[in-house]
This record gives sequence, structure tokens and C-alpha cells, in this order.
Amino acid sequence: MRLTVDGQEREVTPRAGQVLRTLLREAGVTSVKKGCDAGDCGACTVLLDGDPVHSCLVPAHRAEGREVVTAAGLGSPDDPHPVQEAFLAAGGYQCGFCTAGYVVTASALDDAQREDLPRALKGNLCRCTGYRAIRDAIEGVASTEAGALPGRSARPPAGARVVTGREEYTLDGPPPGAGAGPEPGEPRSTGGLLHLAVVTSPHAHARIRAIDARAALGMPGVVAVLTHADAPDTLYSTGRHEHRTDDPADTRMLDDVVRFRGQRVAAVVAESVAAAERARDAVVVDYEPLPAVFDVDAAREPGAPLLHADKPVANGIDGPERNVVAEWHAERGDVAAAEAAADAVVAGTWTTARVSHAALETHATRGWLDAEGRLVLRTSSQVPYLVRDELALLFDRDPATVRVFTARVGGGFGGKQELLTEDLVALAVLRTGRPVQWEFTREEEFRRAPLRHPMRVRVRASGTRAGVLTSLAVEQVMDTGAYGNHGRGVMYHSVHESVAAYRCDNVRVDACSVYTNNPPSGAFRGYGLGQVIFAIESAIDELARELGVDPVAFRRRNVIVPGDPVRVAELEPPSDIAYEGAHGAGQCLDLVEARLEATAGEDAVAAERLPEGWRVGEGVALAMIATIPPRGHRATARVRALDPSDPDDAGAPLYEVEVGTAEFGNGSTTVHAQLAAAALGTTPERIRIRQSDTGLGGYDTGAYGSTGTVVAGTAVHRAATRLAEQLAAGGAREAEADHDGLRRTVAFNVHGVRVAVDPASGEVRVLRSVQAADAGTVLNPEQLRGQVEGGAAQAFGSALTEEVVVRDGAVVNAAFRDYRLPKFGDLPDTEVLFADTSSGLGPLGAKSMSEAPYNPVAPALANAIRDAIGLRPTALPMRRDRIWRLANGIPEPPGVH
Amino acid sequence: MDLIEVGSVRVARTRDDLALGPGEHLLAGGTWLYSEPQRGVTGLVDLTGLGWDPVESLPGGGLRLAATCPIARLHELPAPPSAAALARECADALLMSWKIQAVATVGGNVCMALPAGAMTAFATALDGEAVIWRPDGGERREPVADLVRGPRTTTLRRGEVLRAIDLTGAALGARFAVRQLSLAPRGRSAALLVGRRDADGAVALTITGSTPRPRVLRFASPPEPDALAEAVADAGPWYDDVHGAPDWRAAMTARLAEQLRAELAGESGTTAGPSGAGDVPDAPGSSGADS
Ligand SMILES: Cc1cc2nc3c(=O)[nH]c(=O)nc-3n(C[C@@H](O)[C@@H](O)[C@H](O)COP(=O)(O)OP(=O)(O)OC[C@H]3O[C@@H](n4cnc5c(N)ncnc54)[C@H](O)[C@@H]3O)c2cc1C
Ligand code: FES
Ligand code: FES
Repeated sequence: MRLTVDGQEREVTPRAGQVLRTLLREAGVTSVKKGCDAGDCGACTVLLDGDPVHSCLVPAHRAEGREVVTAAGLGSPDDPHPVQEAFLAAGGYQCGFCTAGYVVTASALDDAQREDLPRALKGNLCRCTGYRAIRDAIEGVASTEAGALPGRSARPPAGARVVTGREEYTLDGPPPGAGAGPEPGEPRSTGGLLHLAVVTSPHAHARIRAIDARAALGMPGVVAVLTHADAPDTLYSTGRHEHRTDDPADTRMLDDVVRFRGQRVAAVVAESVAAAERARDAVVVDYEPLPAVFDVDAAREPGAPLLHADKPVANGIDGPERNVVAEWHAERGDVAAAEAAADAVVAGTWTTARVSHAALETHATRGWLDAEGRLVLRTSSQVPYLVRDELALLFDRDPATVRVFTARVGGGFGGKQELLTEDLVALAVLRTGRPVQWEFTREEEFRRAPLRHPMRVRVRASGTRAGVLTSLAVEQVMDTGAYGNHGRGVMYHSVHESVAAYRCDNVRVDACSVYTNNPPSGAFRGYGLGQVIFAIESAIDELARELGVDPVAFRRRNVIVPGDPVRVAELEPPSDIAYEGAHGAGQCLDLVEARLEATAGEDAVAAERLPEGWRVGEGVALAMIATIPPRGHRATARVRALDPSDPDDAGAPLYEVEVGTAEFGNGSTTVHAQLAAAALGTTPERIRIRQSDTGLGGYDTGAYGSTGTVVAGTAVHRAATRLAEQLAAGGAREAEADHDGLRRTVAFNVHGVRVAVDPASGEVRVLRSVQAADAGTVLNPEQLRGQVEGGAAQAFGSALTEEVVVRDGAVVNAAFRDYRLPKFGDLPDTEVLFADTSSGLGPLGAKSMSEAPYNPVAPALANAIRDAIGLRPTALPMRRDRIWRLANGIPEPPGVH
Repeated sequence: MDLIEVGSVRVARTRDDLALGPGEHLLAGGTWLYSEPQRGVTGLVDLTGLGWDPVESLPGGGLRLAATCPIARLHELPAPPSAAALARECADALLMSWKIQAVATVGGNVCMALPAGAMTAFATALDGEAVIWRPDGGERREPVADLVRGPRTTTLRRGEVLRAIDLTGAALGARFAVRQLSLAPRGRSAALLVGRRDADGAVALTITGSTPRPRVLRFASPPEPDALAEAVADAGPWYDDVHGAPDWRAAMTARLAEQLRAELAGESGTTAGPSGAGDVPDAPGSSGADS
């Protein structure tokens, strides 16, 4: 059939049952994205004869003879559509994966729809921005500028391409073998692109007796079926860190024991996604079911089914015989004595839910062999170098024969600090010799990609009427699921800066990370801190109330000040981390308190118009975070002067930066261009950045722990400064620098909210939301504001509505439709204030700030709800039904979703 | 998403084309069919090729909504103001975007028989009658309230096709009020209630969302709060899924029912927004009212 796409006539042959989205993408129209493939996210929106449609729901046959316009057809970088210009000017995107759908939808709104944007945009999800910047774009507010140096709001270098649907994401390049460009890695693989789909376990725990793939192998298009018999024996972890031993070696690429429902059992490799998926059902697996355990307490009982008893402690598992991945017990001072002497002691138990990162781009990898026989992987990763190193180890190859790179990545939030798709793709490429691709479905994201660790946190805190915190005891138990990826690191981190934030002479921590037959948990923005901060900041609030001290004043009195040791229970304060410079914590508390005071009158007027029965309350919470993960985070950068062929071309790049950091909406690339430009006396537009490609050489631990600015940024700035010096002295035209990130400092975030609560329904409405951030020197104000807003938005979601519900080890709600991700209009605007601080450890005085804004939001909300209704919510999410039960004295029924 | 088992799509042009072969299923808007993997669906028969008029007038001021009428058409229904407002609010009570409303059909939503099926609520509140084509060429009629038996279950037998939903002029002339509540702003309905008051004073309360299937409570005259509360308390069992726990759904249904009673007992002819707290102001930075 014929149709017109972006002005071009096309002849296509749709398959029966195909949708317009895949028809377009298979035809090379990659300005159409996929966030869900189910109508929920809007990333696939195109105009069909002028009307916006979710192309993932449009039967392809209905597009016959019609005209399709995608984001790329609306405008181009040189001639953008007004809506695209507005998104660029307002910085209405971070990763930009939602943007193509957004600009198409926004281009089709009439005036009446613009009057009611929450209705008009409820079908377009954005995980990164928190929506304020998108609203600004649609309302024509501009806040970014071209050519801006550090301290001003430069645009992301890729901005014009993002808003016009041109920027390539993981699967947007032409497939290798289909005339891929001359970029390094010209494919040697022969034959077309193969696709991979996995057979998964219906059992929470089982031994595989046998796998019969004969029928599947006989099906049309099937090229290979890979099982544990084909996979390397080496144990590893999907969680990736600078030090491989940070995570337990408890995972086999394909195992003959499965430990959670949905675990991969075999990989089918076929000529098309459909062929692979169809053949999946034909793989016959004979399971011997084993007893399973889903509860962190039951899992530690004697006689509980053991998940990894076959592995030694040396693999990084503290107690394989008790399902314990890691545990830590320590005390400094004497908590019991302090409690006995205190004027008040508070105690409570707080719980948090599983949360999906919900990055709009699902995990995906495309792999092939290049002309030199190197294994090349193009993947959606935050840590391409760590992926390379681990794959080299697993396949026993020289790392030089493995190249891993990323294009722009559609969101991360910690979820892409994992090796989830790369390993099987590598296996399939090496086995078949052909290019292979694996793209997670949204359902797989919910069932197989790690989720935020659910935790149970008991806190006891005591203090004196003078307002002194005299003891703090934290007992944390977390469900790491069937595998321990990040199960150690998250545990240690969760009780670190959360506890260390306060000066307190008597501290005890008991933390335990437990295996169960639930789907694995993993790294999530905040890396465990948010869960424990929810508990501690709630307890601190309660203690202050008990003592009759204002909660903000209590924090001011007890938070650490510059020069204090940053420690938990260690007697000898650690030497690698120090609170230096100005008192960011104090400033943040002051800023938020002042802002809440200043808006009290205005909010009281608004609150008077609430119906009878609604109650208003105010809450504040504080969060501290280390600017870099412990024990080293390395980055190298190379900067070279170019020789533009036409020196008069004002758009031609003058310098090229090579750096390892992936860009997934973290904005590091923008900052790197600004830093290099400042050092070299030019503007960011004249800097070309090549990044996140192990093929460039160099090294980068990866974009996690909010290190894009403070570690890689420092390396870039140093290299650029060095080059400037060399050039001035007539020296070499290329310079290199690195940074080991061994010395660390801390940064603070304080969040304040004013809420209205309806006890009759449990609805919580946020009247005011303000966050102060101690980010050191602000290199790009709008971008930083966006990071804080986005972090707060994600936190509002997990605080109020989001939960991945798991019953007997099975995910119940594996679709956006059933998950309650905040939509446009669901969220309050968060006003962002910056403390006036500077760090000697970051480039030009900057601190890191991308995970941290997430952490103080849930406790601030809980404290405000407590203030409003006199009762304290202790479980996340603080869903309407829970608040309703709390307010009305109704017990929580067992087994509520 | 691509439906990988589908091997054929037939566009129906006549009623005869609706005879289904093995594995064949009816395709209306396709917004649900293409939103989930469809095991065992090997063929589709596209109803939209039949060219049914989305909205037709019936004698006595009634309306016939074709099963294939796009949900978006409910924003401009040629009906008296209160019924027209009800139609708009029900359309927007669905989780789907306006872009999907333009494609999804009234009949498709009713045939899905989901508790959060706002088209089922709409049709039930109006005493809508389903017109069903039988595979033998005949036709049968059944109130929509009875057609929907429970989540994903209707009385439709294989081969039967929902042709239309007929609404009478009398029903369209009644006064309506709506309340919707969910666990999130603009979320999937945990409860969607429609109150209706007829010219003769009779009151009917349609409960959807919180119950597995629509429940209609009828009163010859406006009920007292106690009588209503008692009737609502008996309207369970209450639906249990990730969009709301049964205890909360029961309590919210009671609360919203009482709000509807009070509103319909009043003289005001307006319908409130579909929110549990329709008149709550949007404070600065507020999350706004449910809709
Ligand atoms: C983003 C999104 C949000 C959604 N939100 C909601 C919601 O809030 N509440 C809710 O109830 N549903 C919701 N749905 C699901 C579903 O109800 C809608 O997709 C829509 O109403 C289905 O209508 P359709 O015309 O697209 O049906 P289709 O997808 O074409 O068909 C749906 C089913 O009905 C059958 N069918 C359709 N028409 C007829 C007919 N005339 N006679 C007999 N059988 C027929 C089909 O065979 C199929 O089994 C949502 C779906 C999406 C994608
Ligand atoms: S991909 Fe189509 S709506 Fe998400
Ligand atoms: S920018 Fe919207 S999803 Fe990333």
C-alpha cells in the first residue's frame, strides 16, 4: 500500500496485525518512538491526515493512502516548527525521548485545548522533567540561551535535533548490514538484523530438568535457541560498579536454576521480533519446582528455601545459608544509655514500595561484529565501560576486542547501571555471527528490569528539651529479590548519609539485605538513601514535636556543620569525605523556611476556598548526599583543537572533546561543552563532543552517583585548561586529563511542602512545594532547576501513587496503565532555590545534583500530612486509601494491593 | 503493538462479512486490541468498514449511538444540556487521552466490560438498550446494565455483534450529576457514579468502577440520606484491583452517592465536575481537581 510520510510517498507492505508505529520504524522513520507500545505514553504520536494518533495503536492497514507527519516532518534543525522552537527555548526536555510525541501533540492543540493542558496532555508521559518545562514550552516561556558559558543556561548541544526528531537513540541508527555509515565498526556480520526474545520462568523457584528447543528451531525464521548449555559458566552480577567485587557474583547468564517469576530461561534468535516471540512458546522447558520464599523475615528463618546456598561467601554473599547478601551492625556511643537519659524517645517502623524507573526508552542493545572482528554493542547504558569490561571477562576476550557505545539514552535513573540486555545479545552475535538486537517491552521493564528496593526501616531517636538529638538507631531490612545486584551497595549507602547528616553521639545501625524469590531490586535514584531518609526524617520530625521544638529549628541545631566528621558509626572518621566550605545545610533550611513563611498568607487564602473538612499542614525534610560514590570513580577526557576547513564558518566546531559520560537527560554533555568552552575562551557551540564510546579509548566509570559534572566534568575542564595553556605556548594541539574522584564532599537538599488533606477521601493536594539545593557553583541554572524539578516529580510519584505490586513473586501491574506514573497536571510546581556555596572538589566549585533532589520529598510530604491530620503516615506510597484509613482509624486490611 | 499471531485482517463491508472464522475477532477502534498481546487472535474483522452513522436520531427525541461511534463524539452529542454534559464527563472519565478517544469506540468500551468502562456507566445511567446482531441474521435487545456481567464478561456469545446503543428521549431529558474518584489525579476510575433525576421525581443511581459490574439503585422519589446509604451498602461486592482496595471503594461510593443525592435534591440544574470535590479551587501549584 502507499502512504505519505513527512511529505515523501512510500510504498510499504504491512503485515496483518501490524501497527503504524512499527511500520514506520521498519521503513527507517525513527522519529517515532516507543515508550510502551500500548497507548499509554504518547511517545509514538504522529499526525494522521492532520489528527494526532498514538501510532502504536493504529492498525497499519488503516493508514493506506493517508498522510503521516512525524516530529521530523514538522520541522528541521534549520527550520523548526514554532512548537519545536518553543521546546528548545524552554528546555522542555531532558532525555528527550518523550519529546517527539510531545511536539507532535502540542502542534495539534487548539486554543480550547491549550486552556486545559492537563486534559490535552494526559496521554503524554514524561519521566524526566516534572512537566513544568513542558508547560513553559507550550505557553511560550523561554529560559535557555545559545552560546552560554558556565553560570548561564546553555542549551544542550543536541537540543535542536531532539526537538525535531533527528537525535539518534539506542535503536535509531540504520541497522548494521543495511548500509551503515563509515563510523568505526563497519559491520562484518553478514545477513540482516536478527531479533532476540526470551523464554521466561513461570515459577518463582525451580530447577530446569530439560529444555527441548527442537520444535522452536523448526519454526520459520528461527536461527538459534540459546540455553544454559550455551552460556558461559562465570558468575557475575547484573549490577555494575567500578569495583567488580562490589556486587555479589550470583548470576549466570542463563542458569539451570531459576529464582524468580519472569527470569530468563532461554533466548530465541530469529529473523524478526514476531518470529522470535512466536517460537518462544514452542520451547518446551521441564521444570522441577522448588519451594520459594517471598518475605524478608521468612527468608531468614531456619529451614527457609535458600536461593544461593550453592555459592561461597567469597562470591560476596555474607550469609548464603541465611539468604543474606549483606549485613552491617555497628554502634558508636551508647544508644540505650542515651535513651534512658533523654527527655523524649520516638520509635516507629516505615516501609517503602517497589518502584519502576520507568525511563521512557526501554532497555535495548544492538550488537554485531565489525571488520576487525570486534564485538560491537550499541546499548542503552549509563556505564558502557563497565559493560565492556564485564563482557570481556564473561566471554574471555581481550577488552580491546569489545566495543560498547551509547547513542543518546532515553532516561536512566539508575536502571541502566545494569547489564540486562548486552550479555545475551553478545552471546547471540558470537554464536550466529550476525547482527542481533534485543529491545525490552514495557512489560519486561516491569517484570525483569530491577525495581527500587523495598525497605522496612525501624528508627528510634531520642533527644533533650534543649533540642539536642542524643541518639539515633536505625534498623533497615531490604528485599533485594532473587539476585543481589546493588544489594550490597544500596544497603551500605542507605544508612550512610541518611544517618551521617546529624551530629549525634550515640548511633546504632543494623542493616540487612535479603534474598527472596521476588523480582530483583536494583539501583534507583538516591541509591537507598531515599527509603531510609523517609524514615529518619519522619522520626526527627516526630521527636522535635515531642520535645516541643520547631522541627526546622531542631534540624538546624543538629545537622552537621562544615568541619564535622561525615560518619555513621565509625569511631575513626573516614578520611576520604569531608563537609567543607560554606554551611549548605543551614542555608537550605533557611531558604525553605523563609519561603514557606512568605507564602503562608497566600496559601491560607487558597485553603479557605477548600471544601469543609480539608486540613492543611506543612512539612520539611532534609537530605544529605555524598558528591561521589566511595572508593573511586574515574574519568578521563581528551580535548583537541580542530582545523575547520572553513575558518569563517561560525558554526564549525573549533575543538573536540572525548569523554566517557553517556547522555540520558542528565545534562552532563551541556555542562561539559560549557566547561570546555570557558577554559578555551570560546562558546559551547564551537565544541564538538564525542562520548560514551569505549572505542574512543579513555575510561569512565560511568554516569551514576551523579558524577557527570564532578568527576567527568573535572576531567574535561582540566584537559581543556591544559590544552589552552599548550596552545598559548605554541605546544601540542591535544591534551588529556583524568580524575579519580577519591576525595568527596557532601551536598544537601531541603524540601518543604504545604498540603491539604481530605480525610474523607484520603486525597492529598500539594498547595506549595519548594526545594533548596546545595549544588555548589551553579553551572547551568535552568538545567539544574530541571534536575531538581525532575527529581522532586519522580519522588512525588513514589511518595503518593506509584507501586509495582508483587504477589507471590509475580508482578501484578506490568503496564503504565496500571502503575500511576504522574501525568501532566498531576504534580505541583516545585520552586527551586540555590544555596550560595562552592566546593573545592568540583569543576569551578560545582557539586553534584541529580539523584539528591529525590530524597527529601517523601518525608516532607509525610511530615506535612502528619501536621495536617495529627496522624503519621508510615508507608509509601501514601495512597489515598491509606491516608483515608489512617485519618479514620481503619486498620489496613491484609493483602491490599 | 504488533499482534504477532494475526494472519489476516478483513474489512467488513456487509453484515455477511461479520461471520467469524476460527480465531477471528471483531476489531472496532482497536485501542484495546492493539494495546496488549492477544493470545489466540489469528484474524481480525474490521467493523469500521460497515460505515455506520455514529449518531442517529430516533423517534421521540431518542438517539442511537452506533457501536463504532468514536468516544470523542460524546463531546458534541445532540442532546439536552444535562445529558450532553454527562456524555462529556463520562468520555473524560476514561484514562485514555483525547487522541485515543477519537479512535476508541463506544461499543468497544462497553464490550470490554471493564469496571472503569465509562461508556458502560453512561449507557446504563440513560437506561441504554443494546442492539445486538445475532450470527443467524436476527437481532436481540438487552439493557446495557444487563449486558455487562463482570470484568471482561458480557452476555455476548461468539459471533454476536453489538450494533448500537439506543437511548430514549425521556431518559435524555433527565437531570444528571456525576462523580468520579481514583487513586491518582486523572487516574483510572475507582468509582464512577451517575445520579439521575427524572421529571416525575424518580431518582436512579448508577454505580460503576467500584463494583465488578454496573449496579443501578432506583428510587421512586428522592431518597433520604439513610435510605440511600442503606441501599449503597448493599450494592457490593466491591471490586478489588490495583486501582482501589474494596474497603476504600465501598466508602468512597457511599460518600459520592450522598453527594449526588444532595445535588439532585437541590434545585440547581448544573452538574458538577466529575471530581469528588468538584468545587475545590486550584491553589497555586495544586494538582488540580480530578477529571
Ligand atoms: C491508554 C488506554 C486507556 C484506557 N482506559 C480505559 C479506561 O479508563 N476505562 C476502560 O474501561 N477502558 C480503558 N481502556 C481499554 C478499552 O476499554 C479502550 O481501549 C476502548 O474502550 C476499546 O474500544 P475500541 O473501540 O478501541 O475496541 P477494540 O480494541 O477494537 O475492541 C475491544 C474488544 O471489544 C470487542 N468489540 C469491539 N466492538 C465490538 C462490537 N461492536 N461488538 C462485539 N464486540 C466488539 C473486540 O472484539 C475486542 O475484544 C483503555 C485503553 C487504552 C489503550
Ligand atoms: S508507544 Fe504508543 S503510546 Fe506509548
Ligand atoms: S524528557 Fe521526557 S521522558 Fe525524558
